Amino acid sequence: MEQTLRVKRFDPENPGASGYQEYTIEVEETSTILDALIKIREEIDGTLSLRCSCRASICGSCAMRVNGQAKLVCKTRVNAVAPNGETITIDPPGNMPVITDLVVDFKPFWDKMRAVEPYLRPEGPVPETEYIASAESMDHLVGVVNCIMCGACVSDCTVLEVDSNFLGPAALAKAYRFVQDPRDSHKQDRLSVLNNYSGVWDCTRCMQCVEVCPKDVNPMGRIMKLRDLAMEAGFNNTSGSRHTESFAKSVKKNGRLDETKLAVDSMGRFNVPALLDSAPVGLRAMRKGKFPWKAHKSSEPEMVKRVFEKVEGE
Amino acid sequence: MHQHDVLIIGAGLAGLRAAVEAARMGVDAAVVTKVHPVRSHSNAAQGGINAPLTDRGDEWEGHALDTIKGSDYLADQDAVELMSREAGAAIIELEHMGVIFSRNEDGQLGTRRFGGQKVARTFFVGAITGSAMLHVLYEQAIKLDVNIYEEWFVSNLIIEDGACRGVVAMNIHSGELHTIKAKAVIMATGGAGRVFEPSTNALICTGEGLGLAYRAGAPLMDMEMIQYHPTTLAGSGILLSEAARGEGAYLLNSEGERFMKTYAPDYLELASRDVVSRAEQTEINEGRGIDGNILLDLRHLGRQFIEERLGYLQEVAVEFLGMDLAEQPVPIRPGMHYIMGGIKTNVDGATEVPGLYAAGETANVSVHGGNRLGANSLLDTVVFGRRAAVAAAEYARTVGLHSSDESMLELEKKRYQDLLDRPADLRSAHVRREMAENMTAGIGVFRDQASIDGAIAKVEELRGVYARVAVENKGKVFNTDLMSAIELEYMLDVAQAVCAGADARKESRGAHFRTDMPERDDENWLKHTLVYKDGDGARVETLDVTITNWQPVERVY
Repeated sequence: MEQTLRVKRFDPENPGASGYQEYTIEVEETSTILDALIKIREEIDGTLSLRCSCRASICGSCAMRVNGQAKLVCKTRVNAVAPNGETITIDPPGNMPVITDLVVDFKPFWDKMRAVEPYLRPEGPVPETEYIASAESMDHLVGVVNCIMCGACVSDCTVLEVDSNFLGPAALAKAYRFVQDPRDSHKQDRLSVLNNYSGVWDCTRCMQCVEVCPKDVNPMGRIMKLRDLAMEAGFNNTSGSRHTESFAKSVKKNGRLDETKLAVDSMGRFNVPALLDSAPVGLRAMRKGKFPWKAHKSSEPEMVKRVFEKVEGE
Repeated sequence: MHQHDVLIIGAGLAGLRAAVEAARMGVDAAVVTKVHPVRSHSNAAQGGINAPLTDRGDEWEGHALDTIKGSDYLADQDAVELMSREAGAAIIELEHMGVIFSRNEDGQLGTRRFGGQKVARTFFVGAITGSAMLHVLYEQAIKLDVNIYEEWFVSNLIIEDGACRGVVAMNIHSGELHTIKAKAVIMATGGAGRVFEPSTNALICTGEGLGLAYRAGAPLMDMEMIQYHPTTLAGSGILLSEAARGEGAYLLNSEGERFMKTYAPDYLELASRDVVSRAEQTEINEGRGIDGNILLDLRHLGRQFIEERLGYLQEVAVEFLGMDLAEQPVPIRPGMHYIMGGIKTNVDGATEVPGLYAAGETANVSVHGGNRLGANSLLDTVVFGRRAAVAAAEYARTVGLHSSDESMLELEKKRYQDLLDRPADLRSAHVRREMAENMTAGIGVFRDQASIDGAIAKVEELRGVYARVAVENKGKVFNTDLMSAIELEYMLDVAQAVCAGADARKESRGAHFRTDMPERDDENWLKHTLVYKDGDGARVETLDVTITNWQPVERVY
């Protein structure tokens, strides 16, 4: 069958000529988007540049945006995206500078990976044989080391779009892998670093990384777990940690959220600059009659309390 | 001009293991790689890594014998012994570095069984063992701050006074050519699967390491030994790991029969790969296949087991075939997978060219001989990658200052420019495909003189038309079109050497099965073939196999 792909081109030696180029080719029922792009490169246009290698979703080379969403094109079939032969739009992955066509500069990606000290740091005497570790702990980590560093999560991360300092889903998932490794001796230092600005608290839980990850690594889930672990380890002095605690406390007490208190608690009660900073928002809310002067209460706070008791009891 | 004591070409398992060793030794080492290290093809090794752990009651002799029998007695037994003896320490070291090997109930390393071996001694990470190891070795490279020329493409070696003294490489991002001088160079460029079509190998497996060494005068050894893996997908050639059979999967013909009982009554599906691939091809040729395939059946293992132990296989089946391993048997066939042959080295990675070392799939030590056992390739990379680094570093200490000669850089600039200046004519992709399909047809699971002659004629014809291959992309930045054209030139060298080896070996042994000479001939052919480049052609010599403790006997599985 015939299929049209609309491919983003960028020539750094002639940036003015950049834009989308359409190619129409014959594809098979079983063709992947990578098959189609390779066919274009080999049959129609040798100037098209892309990264690809294994064709089997293990090398992580070929993440790019397909109709606006990051995908590993070697494991994405043409007919899954365009069941009725619709034109497919291909862009390079996002949140990384474009080098040419579909090729981006992964330097920011690898720099962040390096920032989380991505290697096992055991202390104490090295055993003569292997470290003894439970089968469950290792099996759990296999789910994380499934990550092939393709950058799909980084491409579509909505935080990175506005704050390029964020460590991002891939590096944080990598960090999680070491924090949870029973052989590693630096859990506390690692959590302390991840607790800083650009770390675990900067995720907005938009789920994009979970959605686009081609290997089910669930980066956001790992980030959430890192937050729990950081708080359990005593790192409570962040707005994120205070936000979490105030949120839970308020709901437990009133059955509903006390928004004013949440904002004040999150920033820190004595954090005058931050409080002044958010004053305009409060004033605007007052002017519109939407300022929550009094915390709303649930009609059945006892029920909510029972839920908390049940969950906390577990 | 860049310069180092030791330069490693390639950043797969062999290259990174070598780099880690060199860094530990404190020598000035660097890695140059055409893809980011974690994109290397070592990723694709699924099933595991073999090691006889003596504290578990296993013996190195058992692993050595299985390996030698698997090789059809073509492996050099001193090299195999060394690999088997060093295997245990290599596995433990990888575990200490952070590889998340699967555990048993006591928290110790767990094992699975693999083909051609009497006992379960394959250590694994689900069905992503290679990937898990590669990422950990890259982590170690980060930790040790190894210098990496990432996305640099080596297109020629610098030979001064007969010794290898560096490379000329293109920075793929800028298109600029550079000299990287080195006192010793380690070739760790992996396999050459793209010389065949289809192949399980990645698109980067173009074998220029083999071509570069061949042109520098190093012999390529036993190049006719091409491994066809028993379980690959039709069309794409994508691999389904031997781990499936290791965990108990069946092979079935169109009559629903476990046909391996006829070919290998003891080992059944877990006979060595050459034996299983020939059995499958025989079933297909005799009309008991299904559209040119036979079936791999995992249904009796159960969904939970499949998803826990063989997750990546299930992913491949679902994504590429739209099939569920827990519900349906999947069609598979033998597919080109690995090249046992390679640059001839001694047990320390040294080639016949001073200053040039090799390790991993691109090398031939030889530990795999006529047929590699599953899960021995990863072991080969870490054992001999490490040894090559030690030897190369020691050799580098004996070499004086780098020369300031840049003549090879000028020659390479001219070569690139000539390619770019050629008028539009043939596309490299088309010539490659023609070569690769021809190689699979001529040097397949079964071969004979006529098929070998056909392959030779076609390769020579295509070597002739190479001068017409043109590059459409004239740009400097990330010009993969230009790289493909250069890779093709080296692939044609590899094809020539494979054909020469296949033509020379007048017997059947391991993966080299000639229907016109179906017997193994120990009297005349307990020998390696050595292919030297001779002008534009190939010259074949032979070398006796090293036999130490294990006399060749009939090979029965």
